[in-house]
Amino acid sequence: MEHEIKHHLTDDVLMGYAAGTLPEAFNLMVATHVSLCDTCRARAESFDALGGEVMAQTPGNDVAMDTDSFAATMSLIAGGAPDEIRMPRDAGSILPGPLQDYVGGGVDAVKWRSVGMGVKQAILPTSRDASARLLFIPAGAAMPDHGHKGTEMTMVLQGAFQDEDDYFARGDVEIADSDLHHTPVADIHEDCICLAVTDAPLEFQGLLPKIAQRFARI
Amino acid sequence: MNDNDAKRMLWVSHMVRIRDTQDQAAFKELFEHFAPRVKGFLIKSGADASLAEECAQEVMATCWHKAHMFDPARASVATWIFTIARNRKIDVLRKQRRPEPEDLGWGPEEDPDQADVMALQQDCEQLGRAIEDLPPAQRELIQRAYFGDLSHSEIAEQTGLPLGTIKSRLRLALERLRHAMK
Repeated sequence: MEHEIKHHLTDDVLMGYAAGTLPEAFNLMVATHVSLCDTCRARAESFDALGGEVMAQTPGNDVAMDTDSFAATMSLIAGGAPDEIRMPRDAGSILPGPLQDYVGGGVDAVKWRSVGMGVKQAILPTSRDASARLLFIPAGAAMPDHGHKGTEMTMVLQGAFQDEDDYFARGDVEIADSDLHHTPVADIHEDCICLAVTDAPLEFQGLLPKIAQRFARI
Repeated sequence: MNDNDAKRMLWVSHMVRIRDTQDQAAFKELFEHFAPRVKGFLIKSGADASLAEECAQEVMATCWHKAHMFDPARASVATWIFTIARNRKIDVLRKQRRPEPEDLGWGPEEDPDQADVMALQQDCEQLGRAIEDLPPAQRELIQRAYFGDLSHSEIAEQTGLPLGTIKSRLRLALERLRHAMK
């Protein structure tokens, strides 16, 4: 394995992923992180086990099937397995498989838009209850200081960044909520590429970023 | 091994029979046990009865078609059917794609170590019993988290469910698999 991941997903996010109750953008974050992190893969699967028990073991959760149900299922089976369309994935890409599906390829296929100061972003197509985007921060550059409504999770895919408290490298997830104002700075050695998801629009301080926010949807 | 553990191993062997010999009798027993529970789960998640019926049939058909993907060293049959039902719920009820993690690059082992299989199945049995033993209010909290009308942090922590053993066992299984692939 590469860099040892130190900053993981929280239990409530992993449980929400297992339950299937998270916004699509958050599911994308979990699938991307779990692709790189066996610890969180095991944690997520243990919440699947909890779901299995909730579904199967709790008394009174069963509802009678229709009388012809088994026969109907056997004819579904006789009809054959539905085709699964899977895009080819490139194991060598810095984008884990689930992200390649949303980008439509590797990092070369990302449609970046500049948001100023060399920072670029690409919004990914997910359901509207939350948003997911890729961020490109030039080596050594700072993101504008911004506060948050709701929850924001940022995971490093390439390079690294540092905020006031900690250092985040490939696979690490920074979790920020409404209390945190922070100014992440990309590590000097390499341009930093991150996946960021949030269930609310970010707030930038100062007028200029506000205008940029209106156009760029950050 | 008690009766409930034996029952779980029986479901595992049913899956193997479905996979290896397309055994319809085994599938019928599996269907009669699990399909009503899948239907109940979908109704509590917000589907009406006819949609839940239709989806439960599809879930059980998927269980047949993907029997070769079931790994008894990493999931109980209940867990596995739950994940299929959950994905169907996201697809049909929430009309979203579900991003899945990268595959580990290999399918389930041809002949997983029976001791590993048994250990994981027993962990799941223990988890199931722990849920049943919870005070009703706490049990309801967990159910609601999975049925989707509650997003609550750290429910499992608060209720003291034995998830830690399963987590570390799955972590070990993943390490072993990664090691075997090197």
